[in-house]
Amino acid sequence: MGKILEINGPLVKLELPETVLGEQVRVGRLGLVGEVIGRDGNTALAQLYEDTAGLRPGEEATGLGWPLSVELGPGLLGAIFDGVQRPLEAVWQQSGDRMARGVAVPSLPRDKRWHFVPDPHRRAGTALAGGDVLGTVQETESILHRILTPPLIHGELLELAPEGDYTIEEILGRVRKFDDTIEKLHLFHRWPVRTPRPFRKRDHAIAPLITGQRILDTFYPLLKGGKAAIPGPFGAGKTMLQQQIARWCNAEIVIYVGCGERGNELTDVLEFMPELKDPHTGRPLMERTLLVANTSNMPVVAREASVYVGITLAEYFRDQGLDVVMVADSTSRWAEALREVAGRLGQMPVEEGYPAYLGSRLAAFYERAGRVETMAGHHGSVTLIGAVSPPGGDFSEPVTSHTKEIIQTFWALSKELADARHYPSVDWLESFSGYIGSAAKWWAENVDPNWERERAEALDLLSASEELQRIVNLVGVEALSSEQRWTLEAAGLIKEGLLQQSAIDEIDSFASPEKQYALLSGLLEIFRQGMKLVKLGAPARRLIQMPLLSQARRWKSQHTSEDIAALKAKIAQIPGEFEKLMLEYEQTA
Amino acid sequence: MKNIEFRTATSAQGGLIVMGGVPGVAAGSRVQLRDHAGRLRSGLVIRSADDAVLVEVFEGTDELDLERTWVRFLDEPFKLPVSRDILGRIFNGAGLPRDGRPPIISADRRDVNGEPLNPAARAYPREFIQTGISAIDGMNSLTRGQKLPIFSGGGLPHNRVAAQIVRQAKLLGEAASEFVVVFAAFGASHADARFFEESFEESGVLNKVVMFLNLADEPVIERLLTPRAALTAAEYLAFDLDYHVLVVMTDMTAYAEALREVAVLRGDVPARKGYPGYLYSDLAEIYERAGRIKNRRGSITMIPVLSMPSDDITHPIPDLTGYITEGQIVLGRELSNQGVYPPVTVLPSLSRLMKDGVGKNFTREDHPHVASQLFASYAKALEVRGLAAIIGAEELSDADRRYLEFANAFEHKFIGQGEDEDRSVFETLNLAWDLLSMLPADALIRVSEEELAKYHKGQATVAAA
Ligand SMILES: Nc1ncnc2c1ncn2[C@@H]1O[C@H](COP(=O)(O)OP(=O)(O)OP(=O)(O)O)[C@@H](O)[C@H]1O
Ligand SMILES: [Mg+2]
Repeated sequence: MGKILEINGPLVKLELPETVLGEQVRVGRLGLVGEVIGRDGNTALAQLYEDTAGLRPGEEATGLGWPLSVELGPGLLGAIFDGVQRPLEAVWQQSGDRMARGVAVPSLPRDKRWHFVPDPHRRAGTALAGGDVLGTVQETESILHRILTPPLIHGELLELAPEGDYTIEEILGRVRKFDDTIEKLHLFHRWPVRTPRPFRKRDHAIAPLITGQRILDTFYPLLKGGKAAIPGPFGAGKTMLQQQIARWCNAEIVIYVGCGERGNELTDVLEFMPELKDPHTGRPLMERTLLVANTSNMPVVAREASVYVGITLAEYFRDQGLDVVMVADSTSRWAEALREVAGRLGQMPVEEGYPAYLGSRLAAFYERAGRVETMAGHHGSVTLIGAVSPPGGDFSEPVTSHTKEIIQTFWALSKELADARHYPSVDWLESFSGYIGSAAKWWAENVDPNWERERAEALDLLSASEELQRIVNLVGVEALSSEQRWTLEAAGLIKEGLLQQSAIDEIDSFASPEKQYALLSGLLEIFRQGMKLVKLGAPARRLIQMPLLSQARRWKSQHTSEDIAALKAKIAQIPGEFEKLMLEYEQTA
Repeated sequence: MKNIEFRTATSAQGGLIVMGGVPGVAAGSRVQLRDHAGRLRSGLVIRSADDAVLVEVFEGTDELDLERTWVRFLDEPFKLPVSRDILGRIFNGAGLPRDGRPPIISADRRDVNGEPLNPAARAYPREFIQTGISAIDGMNSLTRGQKLPIFSGGGLPHNRVAAQIVRQAKLLGEAASEFVVVFAAFGASHADARFFEESFEESGVLNKVVMFLNLADEPVIERLLTPRAALTAAEYLAFDLDYHVLVVMTDMTAYAEALREVAVLRGDVPARKGYPGYLYSDLAEIYERAGRIKNRRGSITMIPVLSMPSDDITHPIPDLTGYITEGQIVLGRELSNQGVYPPVTVLPSLSRLMKDGVGKNFTREDHPHVASQLFASYAKALEVRGLAAIIGAEELSDADRRYLEFANAFEHKFIGQGEDEDRSVFETLNLAWDLLSMLPADALIRVSEEELAKYHKGQATVAAA
C-alpha cells in the first residue's frame, strides 16, 4: 500500500516501494487507474488514464501487480471499448451519458455463456503448447472463434471440459507446466498490450487487401499483412477512406481505433456497421468489427494506450489464423499524447516538441503488422493502416516523415483535390506502393494478365498530363498539339471515370477487382482508339465532342460489381463508336 | 479546509504562486486570494504536493505582498449555478452577473469543465438546419448537433454572418426558429458585444439568449473559463431542459492566445508557434461538447467564430480547429472586396455532416449531387479564370468562356445575397440549376441523367450552341 505525494496534470508521484515499471496502479478515493512510468527509490511516477482533478496528496495508492493488459476471448466482436478496453456500452448502462471516473466494468461479459466445442486433438495427458487451439466458439455467424492456449503456457494437458456452454470465468481445463505448477484454462486470457504476441515465424505477404477503392487497389495496392499510412490535412478524407476500408475490405476482422478523433465519427460507425452487409460473407459488418475509442476530449494518457490495445486485439485474432485489418485514426494524436507526457517528464524535445524516441516508437508499433505462421501453425495477418494528421498539412513534419520511412504503402491525400471534391483525394503522383510486384502476380492470376501493363499505362498518362497541364496554365490549350490535347482529355477521363469514387453513391462505393479492371481497360481503350485517330490526322476537338466521353464517365456509377457483363458489353462497343471517324480519316490518309 | 485562510505563500512569479505547508489540497480546486488591500482574486490549483501547492492566479500576481496574502482553498472546481432563470441573462466569463441583476441562486451547480460524453451515448446528427444562406445550405449545410466554425479574418463580416444564421436558422418545415441561443464572447471588443446584443434585441429573441462576456480589456485567464461556463449552460439547457441550443462563440483565436499566455507562464513545452502541445486536446474539450445524446430531446449546435491570423488557414488555431470540428465555413477577403456578402469561399469550406443530412429523405433528392457539381464546376471555372488572366479572355475557347461567366454568376447570384434575405433550400437548389444550366449538360457528370432531364435548362453539348 502506498500514497500520493504529488499531482501534476495526468502525472502523479507516489510513495510505492515495490513497484516495477509498467505496473498498473489504482489511485485515490476515486480509484483511478494508471501505469508506472518512472521509479526512483521508494517513489514512483505514474500516468493516469483518467482526469486527476480532485485527487489529493496523502490519498492511498496500490500497485495491482500486472501491466496494462487486455482480455482476449469471446465477446470482443461487435463491441466498442475505450482506450484501456472498458466496454463503453456497459459503462453507459452503468454510469450514464458521461464518462464517470473510476468505473470498473470488466472488458468481457461475465454472465454470458458460450457454446464451446473442444478440439478433438486435445486429450488429457497430451502435450500442450502456448497458442495451441483448445477448441472453438461460434461467436458470430461469420466468425468461428478459436480458443487459444495463452502464449506462454507449455506443459501437459490434465483435463479439458467437454462440449457445452460456459462463461468465460468457468474453468475449462488444467495444464501441468514444466515447473510442475498447475495452470487453469478459461475461454479467455490476458495479455500485456505493450508486448507483441509471439508467433512461429514471419511469412511473406502475398495477397492484396481488396478494399473496393479503385485508386487504392488498382494503383497503390496494399497486401494483407502490410503497413500503410494515410497522411492528409484536415478534411481531406482520411476518416472516410478508413471507414470505406473498414466497410468493404476482404479481411475477416476489422479493428477500428479512433484515437483522439471525433465522437460522432464513432457513432457513425456504430450506426452504419450493423446495417451494412459484409460484401464477402453477406453477414452484418458489425459481426466482424470491433471498435476502440479514445475521442479527442477523453484523457490523453489513455489515448497513448489505445493503439496498443487495438494492435494486441488484432494480434489475438491473427493468432487464430485470421486476416485482420486495423485502422488507426489518427496516429498523430497518439504521437501527440507521447509528446505531452514526455514534456511533463521534462524529457528533452528534439523536433517540434517531440521526444527523441518518436521514430523508434512508431517503427516498433508498425512492426507489429505482418503475415505470420502462428504458434499453432496457421497463417494469419495483421494489416495496419494509420492516418496521419500533419499540422498545416505539411508532410515534412516529424510524424509524417518518420512514418513514411516505415510503411510500404503511402496514400497521400491532397488538399487541392479535396477542395474540388475529387474524392478519394489520393494524390496519384505523391502516393506509392512497395507491393506492386506481389500484387501484379495476384491480379494476373485472378483477374487479368495485363493488369500490370495497363496500370503502368494509366499512370504514365496521368503524369504526362501533369506536364501538359503546366503548359496549358502558361499559354493556353491552343498551344498543344492534337496528340497532347487528346492525352490531356484522356487523363481527365481516367481521373473522373476511374480514380474519383464516391463513398456515398450506393453503386460506386465499392468496386470488385473485376469491375476495377474493366473500367481501367475500358477507359484506356478509349484513349488508344482516340490516339490512333489523332495520328491519322483527326483533330482532338472532334474527339472531345464524342458523347462517349461523358457516357464513359458515368459507367462507374451505372454498373454494380455484380453487373460487369453489361459494362463489358459497353466496352466491347468502343471500337464501334470510333468506326465512323476512323473510316473517314483512313480514307483521307 | 474551505474556511481556513493560509498565509504561507513562499514565492510568486508571473501569475503563479507557491503555497507551503498546506497538506492534502485537491488538484484542480478553486482558490480565493485576499491581498493586502482586501481585494479578492481567484485561482486554480495546478500542482499539489504536501510541501508545495502551485496556484495559478487569474488576475495575475502583480503587487502581491506575500506576507499579507491570505489564501483559501475552496475544495471544488469552478462551478456554474444553473436554473431556468439563466435565459435572458448576461454573465461574465466566470458566470457572475454583469447585467446588474442578482446572481443565479441554485442548488444545482455544475463543474464548468464538464465530463466527456461516452461515445456510445451519442446520437449521430442528421437533421438539416436551413440557415437561409445559399452558400451554406446548398453546399456546406448545417446539421442539428454539429460544430461548424466560421473561419474569418480581421475586417470580414463574420459577426454579421453569425447573426444572420442565428436569426434565420430553423428546421425544414418549421415556421420559426426553435432555438435558444448561448452566446459567448471572449477577447471581443465592446463594439462586437454590442453588435450581437442589438441584433438579438432587434429579432426579439433576447429572452431566449444567455450571454457570457469576457471582453478584450478583461482578465485573460478568465477567458479560459468563458467558453466552459457557456457550454455548461448550454448542456443544461439542451440535456436537462430539452432545448435545441445554438452556441455562438467568438473569438476562438483570443481563447487560444490566452491559453498560450498561460502555458508560457507555466513553462510548458511549446509545439508550434509557441502554442502548447495540448492546444488540440484543450480545444477538443470545448468543441466536442456539441452534439446529440440518445434518448434526449435537446441538442447543442455550435458555431465558433475564429479569425485566422494573417488570413493563414494553416496557422495552428484554424488548423487544429479544422481537425476537430465537423467542417468550416471560410470567409475570404477577395470576395468581400468585390462586395460579395456573405463572402464565403466555398472550396476550402466543408460540412462533414452534410452527406448524412441532405438528399432524398431530408431536403431534395438532387441536393448532394448538385452540391458536388457546383464544387466541381466552380473549381474548374477558377482554373479557367486563372488561365484567362494569363492569356486573356479573348483567347479562351467557347467552352471555357462559359465557365468564366458561370464563375461570375455563381459568386454574385448564388453566394452573394442580402443580409436579410432568407432563401429556402428549394430556392437555393433552383438557383443552383439556373447557374448549372449555363454549362452544357454533358459537362455535368456529378448529377444524374434523370436530374439533368428534370432540371437542366441549357444545351446538351457545347457544340449544340
Ligand atoms: N470518398 C469520399 N466520398 C465522398 N465524400 C468524401 C469522401 N472522402 C471524403 N469525403 C468528404 O470529405 C469530408 C471530410 O472527410 P474526412 O472526415 O474523412 O476528413 P479527414 O481527413 O479525416 O479530416 P480530419 O483530419 O479533420 O479528421 C467528409 O465528411 C465527406 O463529406
Ligand atoms: Mg478524420
